[in-house]
Amino acid sequence: MTSIVALAYLFSGVCFIMALRGLASPVSARQGNTFGIVGMAVAIVTTFCLVEASSLWFIAIAIALGGGIGAVVARNIKMTALPQLVAAFHSLVGLAAVLVAGAAFSNPDAYNIGSAGKIHLSSLIEMGLGVAIGAITFSGSLVAFAKLQGLVTGKPLTFPMQHQFNLALGILTLVMVVGLILTQSPYAFWAIVGITFLLGFLLILPIGGADMPVVISMLNSYSGWAAAATGFTLENPLLIITGALVGASGAILSYIMCKGMNRSIFNVILGGFGSDSGAASAGAGTGDRSVKIGSAEDAAFILKNAASVVIVPGYGMAVAQAQHALREMADQLKKAGVQVRYAIHPVAGRMPGHMNVLLAEANVPYDEVLELDEINRDFGQTDVAYVIGANDVTNPAAKTDPNSPIFGMPILDVEKAKTVLFIKRSMATGYAGVENELFYRPNTMMLFGDAKHMCENIVKALES
Amino acid sequence: MSVGDLASTLSNLAAEQQKLADLAKSLAAQAAQAMATQGEAAGTHSFFITGLTVFVLACFVGYYVVWRVTPALHSPLMAVTNAVSSVIIVGALLAAGPIEMTASKWMGLGAVVLASINIFGGFIVTQRMLAMYKKKSDGGGPKAK
Repeated sequence: MTSIVALAYLFSGVCFIMALRGLASPVSARQGNTFGIVGMAVAIVTTFCLVEASSLWFIAIAIALGGGIGAVVARNIKMTALPQLVAAFHSLVGLAAVLVAGAAFSNPDAYNIGSAGKIHLSSLIEMGLGVAIGAITFSGSLVAFAKLQGLVTGKPLTFPMQHQFNLALGILTLVMVVGLILTQSPYAFWAIVGITFLLGFLLILPIGGADMPVVISMLNSYSGWAAAATGFTLENPLLIITGALVGASGAILSYIMCKGMNRSIFNVILGGFGSDSGAASAGAGTGDRSVKIGSAEDAAFILKNAASVVIVPGYGMAVAQAQHALREMADQLKKAGVQVRYAIHPVAGRMPGHMNVLLAEANVPYDEVLELDEINRDFGQTDVAYVIGANDVTNPAAKTDPNSPIFGMPILDVEKAKTVLFIKRSMATGYAGVENELFYRPNTMMLFGDAKHMCENIVKALES
Repeated sequence: MSVGDLASTLSNLAAEQQKLADLAKSLAAQAAQAMATQGEAAGTHSFFITGLTVFVLACFVGYYVVWRVTPALHSPLMAVTNAVSSVIIVGALLAAGPIEMTASKWMGLGAVVLASINIFGGFIVTQRMLAMYKKKSDGGGPKAK
């Protein structure tokens, strides 16, 4: 019996690996998702066999309830709200990990890890760590959700002695874990939960909105480590395998995002970016220089007469929900014989791959959407770079100005295109608070207005 | 020797036998316990090493598999890893298993609900995203919205 269960769990683990493997290409990705679903179904059904038959009703109701909520939310969510959804889901994994650890602590017999007050040492250590990671994931993801949803300001919230306070909380957590190991007291256990809840809030609050791609990836990673720690506590290899896969995935995504901003993970986690650095370089771009302002008709004329156009979308496109209007514009241009491609910066948007999903939603074929490395060399031969809702990721100061806070960040070389069309709502600086040199270049034309309306107006002008 | 004496000796013997039996029983129980704790200690120890082996190998598998994921699919990657990490439901089910309505069972049921939201939500939203990715040759025909 137990070996059958173990084999079924192994099968699930392999299915999960195949699910991630499928994402190597959009062609195999759907099949990969099916693997994931099969793996999960096998894991759940197998575990049913270990449960008292009379409890199955309760459990079935619980699964139906949760599954119903999840299905309704997932079917109705707008693709622009995806980052919030993912953050909310991460918080649920964190809370579930806390509850499972709590259940294991108060009824260790159910898991064969000792009896109440006499839990094995290694299980206690893993339980303490698991519950701490779970609680941080939970409250941290809640803050990330609130920031992405606009419930809390996206600006970094800082207070004096913040890092010292967080460090003190971290040390206190460790003390409580030692206390838990020595006394097995429920107070120590719940104290760990309380302290790490608070720590999760305080860790994510000071991190600004545009750093959310890193934060979400990091929390993704944490939710994996929490699952792995639970796997150690419950002596369940499937949880360990899955937790490690998810943890590794989140860690790699965090690394890619950090590299995309040329910042270390510590720099992001310690937060406060964008609040104090803006003033330093503001002096470089003072008022008297003029910018060239164009209308939708001017833009339509330039675009129609171009041979190649590269569109550079950013978070602004998501905010304005401009992806459908943008694709209409691209269709018009393609009809006129213009080559249209899209260039995506790794940190564009609020989560990894955010822009790709939005463009896919608007029916843009994925082979027209290119990554930074693939397209950056082509800007020199491009007639028009059409920047919509992006700013910092195109700022040449990242290459030329060593004093700039974004110096060293890889950017899209839109400046090399013959003409740059820049859609912005105002002259305000981007997230990093840095003036963009590009606005004042003679080959740049600013198109002021809402991204969606601007695209629609250009479509109208193209049609006429 | 009277019948009464015989009876009392017999009852004494019986009592002694009972005592000895109890002693033997408690000794056996002690031995069993000693064996069990030893076995458990050895068991948990070996599980930790086994678990660590599995963990480290899975980290490497994850590392190589995830690096091969195309950047265009990073959002579905997050959604699907989120769904998959809800396999923690396995632990929740074990907690919700016993018949008695204990605090542990309620926590288990709560975790089952949360994890199910994630499992269904995560897989469905991944499916939705992946269904949108089309190649140029697919025509990318006009779809509602």
